[in-house]
Amino acid sequence: MNISILDVVGPIMIGPSSSHTAGAAKLAKAAMTIAGKPFSKVSFGLGGSFASTYKGHFTDYALVAGALGMSEDDERLGNSFEIAEKRGLEFDFYETEIVSEYENTARITFTFMDGSEYFVEGASLGGGRILITNINGLSCEFNATNPTIIVKQNDTKGVVGDITTILAFNNINIATMKVTRTSKGNTAYCLIECDQTIPEKIVNDLKRVNNVLSVVVVNIQEE
Amino acid sequence: MYKNAQELLELCEKENKKIWEIAVETEMKLNGMPREKIIEAFEKRLDIMISSATKALKHKQSTKGGLVDGVANCQYEYSQKDGTVTGNYMNYIMALAYSSSEVNASMGKICASPTAGSCGIMPAVLVGMMEKENIDRKVIIEALITASAVGAIYTRNATVAGADGGCQAECGVAASMAAAAAAYMKGASNQVCFDAAGFAMINVMGLVCDPVAGLVALPCAQRNASGAVNALISADMALAGQVAHIPFDEVVDAMFKVGKMLPPQLRETAKGGIATTPAGKAIYKEVFGVE
Repeated sequence: MNISILDVVGPIMIGPSSSHTAGAAKLAKAAMTIAGKPFSKVSFGLGGSFASTYKGHFTDYALVAGALGMSEDDERLGNSFEIAEKRGLEFDFYETEIVSEYENTARITFTFMDGSEYFVEGASLGGGRILITNINGLSCEFNATNPTIIVKQNDTKGVVGDITTILAFNNINIATMKVTRTSKGNTAYCLIECDQTIPEKIVNDLKRVNNVLSVVVVNIQEE
Repeated sequence: MYKNAQELLELCEKENKKIWEIAVETEMKLNGMPREKIIEAFEKRLDIMISSATKALKHKQSTKGGLVDGVANCQYEYSQKDGTVTGNYMNYIMALAYSSSEVNASMGKICASPTAGSCGIMPAVLVGMMEKENIDRKVIIEALITASAVGAIYTRNATVAGADGGCQAECGVAASMAAAAAAYMKGASNQVCFDAAGFAMINVMGLVCDPVAGLVALPCAQRNASGAVNALISADMALAGQVAHIPFDEVVDAMFKVGKMLPPQLRETAKGGIATTPAGKAIYKEVFGVE
């Protein structure tokens, strides 16, 4: 059986829909974690069934809640618009076409304090499961069920070895790992899914590695 | 590892174990969690189920569109009276199911089982039987895990999404899972648990998903109430010794095929069924202000 019984009975969440509410909150929370710094505005581009049915399923409230850092089981989810307004966070929604094989898709664009923009695209797969498909132009596929590390680095030899050494030294087991690059000798990325939660200390260690440009960690798990 | 009910039952037989034991061992292999963590996760789920099934019994919740505000309290009050058609217990079971659905529609906390739209059925059966029969909490957890194994087979070999298979895939599967749990709580054998699960699905095979105004409210709440009753009567059919002529795995396969045969209008698009009746359309207009 390749289906987790904890996904069958679960997630624990705020209603009314596991795909349109819980999945949306998870997606936006993952996106804001990936964005990684304070922002003054967030724009939600909705595709597929998200675009046509988001109002009846509170997808909009769930997305804003996630962008505020709330989980899918946070009881303030239904008040997320007010909370965002109190915190001075601007938000809007628009319909868009996102090329994807998935039914429920969103493009979440953050405007940072300095006015620069950063976007994350993803899909809600049903039953509260999500998939991140694009990080600011970088195509990827991971569902943030495992703790995930995204490292941006210079495309040069030895960097990946240094990264995995730090993880092994700290008893972090790698579940899956993908290395991609924009072009030879330019910027490269490591997408590493791990079996253990990644503590802040490791993030700092990774940031100190030669040729590492940035490190993002997504620790989103239900339990 | 098993991939259907037949293989799961064979594993149980070979190792002389209950469904829930094999399900936990399989989960340990699947995601590397220790046994205690898995049990703990189910304990947490049961707590949420108890709270959602009881929260709206005496306190009306406020939902978008107001279609199901107070449905749990209405059935609960009635369940306390003499002279009902199906008796106090069945009415109470319906009230418990209504409660989770009302909580879900009001953006309250629930546990999807297998989905949020069908989140009322499992808790109603567990809480109703726990109270009536004074069943030990440990047995309730085992029953819930038994149900999760049934649900996993639907998830793997069919679907639990209304958009793919209609309401039979949501409230039908929830009732099927809960029927197995109810049979387990009565001490049924592994085979009888699956017989109960099969009966519940056969009872509602082909049920369409036709949410009025696209809201997870109407007819979802009613289908949760009737789904909980379906689970109980299916468990009794199996416990009575009714012969399950169609093996559970074949029922799952049939349900999946029926889902594929359903036109998109009857699969969570709000474009058919009661959603497009004159009254259904009028509700849409009232909620969203446009036709």
